[in-house]
Amino acid sequence: MSKFPSAITVAFVALAATQAMAGDTFGLGREALPEEIAAWDLDVRPDGSGLPVGSGSVADGERLFSDNCAACHGEFAEGVGNWPELAGGEGTLADADPVKTVGSYWPYLSTAWDYVHRSMPYGNAQSLEPDEVYAIVAYILYSNFLVDDDFVLSNENFLEVEMPNADGFIVDDRAEAEYPQWRREPCMTACKDSVEITMRATVLDVTPDEADTN
Amino acid sequence: MSDSFKPSRRAFLRGSAAAAAGLTAGTAARAQSPDPLITEPQDWAIYFGDSVDAHPYGMPIEYESDVIRRNVEWLTADTISSINFTPIHALDGTITPQGCAFERHHSGAIELRKEDYRLMINGLVDTPLVFTYDDLERFPRENHVYFCECAANTGMEWAGAQLNGAQFTHGMIHNMEYAGVPLRTLLEEAGLDAAGDLADKWVFVEGADASSNGRSIPMEKALDDVLVAFKANGEALRKEHGYPVRLVVPGWEGNMWVKWIRRIEVMDGPVESREETSKYTDTLADGTSRKWTWVMDAKSVITSPSPQSPIKHGHGPLVISGLAWSGHGAITRVDVSKDGGKTWETARLAKPGEKMALTRFYLDTTWNGEEMLLQARAMDETGYVQPTKDELREVRGENSIYHNNCIQTWHVMQNGEAENVEVS
Repeated sequence: MSKFPSAITVAFVALAATQAMAGDTFGLGREALPEEIAAWDLDVRPDGSGLPVGSGSVADGERLFSDNCAACHGEFAEGVGNWPELAGGEGTLADADPVKTVGSYWPYLSTAWDYVHRSMPYGNAQSLEPDEVYAIVAYILYSNFLVDDDFVLSNENFLEVEMPNADGFIVDDRAEAEYPQWRREPCMTACKDSVEITMRATVLDVTPDEADTN
Repeated sequence: MSDSFKPSRRAFLRGSAAAAAGLTAGTAARAQSPDPLITEPQDWAIYFGDSVDAHPYGMPIEYESDVIRRNVEWLTADTISSINFTPIHALDGTITPQGCAFERHHSGAIELRKEDYRLMINGLVDTPLVFTYDDLERFPRENHVYFCECAANTGMEWAGAQLNGAQFTHGMIHNMEYAGVPLRTLLEEAGLDAAGDLADKWVFVEGADASSNGRSIPMEKALDDVLVAFKANGEALRKEHGYPVRLVVPGWEGNMWVKWIRRIEVMDGPVESREETSKYTDTLADGTSRKWTWVMDAKSVITSPSPQSPIKHGHGPLVISGLAWSGHGAITRVDVSKDGGKTWETARLAKPGEKMALTRFYLDTTWNGEEMLLQARAMDETGYVQPTKDELREVRGENSIYHNNCIQTWHVMQNGEAENVEVS
């Protein structure tokens, strides 16, 4: 076999290595303008970075919430039908049916502000002014008995609001709590003495009928 | 015409029971009389079929019209912020056709033209950039097959057997071959010197739809195998999967695979957005909750026989088949039990497992009408063995909602019908 092909291969490998090593960019795309970044970079973080200057009261929030949110979340943020409840549920997280709301579950107030601002109202997203978002978030806090009815939320006092479940989260610990016990040679024979059916899905009868969904 | 191919499940099972009674195992059955399908010329053997112009883009033949995504109406408040399920009970192989691959939207499937598409990279980068769709196609591309599983797949089964079908218990998953650009390439194009030490940096990724779904991803993963993808299974993404561009985050929960991705921000910490605090966190029995549970652990399910795919034939040869996958890497082995976990036999993998992709397994066996409690148990390359539901509940309780990768049990009855059960 000729050496010629392998010489070509070497040349190509060398060329590829040169390109990769140079860390060259491709010169594609264009620089984002400050106005463009300002229009899209809206996220707000737990330390309050990203919050615009502004404020809103519980009283204003009650009116805004009624107009923009209550159809799904209820006048008192208690939720309508299958739509999310935003208030209540304190002390239920260890119950059989935990009620997870902004008050009982959400660890950061920034999350509520960020979500209302970027993703709500449902079907009319990004239509609220910052002061309106402050007011609605203030009302959600009030609905959870976390602030008084004369409270005004602003970028100034944002970090002073204490979220009840702020310490309720741990970082994924499956690598310690689960993986060691499940990384083992599995049983193949005589793994159980007896097997009984303990529950049947058909008893609940909550599976959609296929004819109905076709 | 198509109605005659949608028999009710009950009628269908009557038919299969009759077939079972008429056959004996071991030998081919003898026909009572010549089959007219063979002895008499049929219409399709006499007249023309469709011309090549009839279907410029083909759909499945009408006889397969029941192989569709299905919704569980009571799960969500409406169908806009909702999810449907892949008909895994009726598919084979590993690649999920886009047209029946599950959808999960938070504000509906939007229509965004390539011409109107923009992708911004900003934050701690040397130069914030805006790319058009055409720009993305000029970067070096890669092809990879990956599964995408919603973190809530099997989530309705924590407290007990609830939904009667593999489509509903395990159908929040699809597996496609993607073409796209490594996220690493785009981040390097913007320059990461400004980010300094990358070890504690994150990227926040955000969609262009009204939900503006946003998730924080550690830089280590972002630079590893995350893909900015625009083709799936050879063609453009479907709008319901993020046309024209989505993020692919191999092995990690589907919510992070942001669709219609419009912005990637390099940050020095996570945003702690709604989708990574109030949702996609796993509440344990004591009320504390795990966050950042991104990886989907090893899991498997028998897709046939299963409640929507009962045994339709008589006694004798039976193919038991299913899917296995792991967010930690390749599937190395799948065991199947017919007796609810007392004894196990190792199934045949259709192909060697591939990293973070679905693996098809088969157990070629014999069935003589006996009841079975069918289970599958996956192992991945880390040596992890898929746990039982009781083992999972022992650690997590019943309120985790997400990341339920328990062993599933189907009770196959003497008539071939199957139901979703839990066993001791």
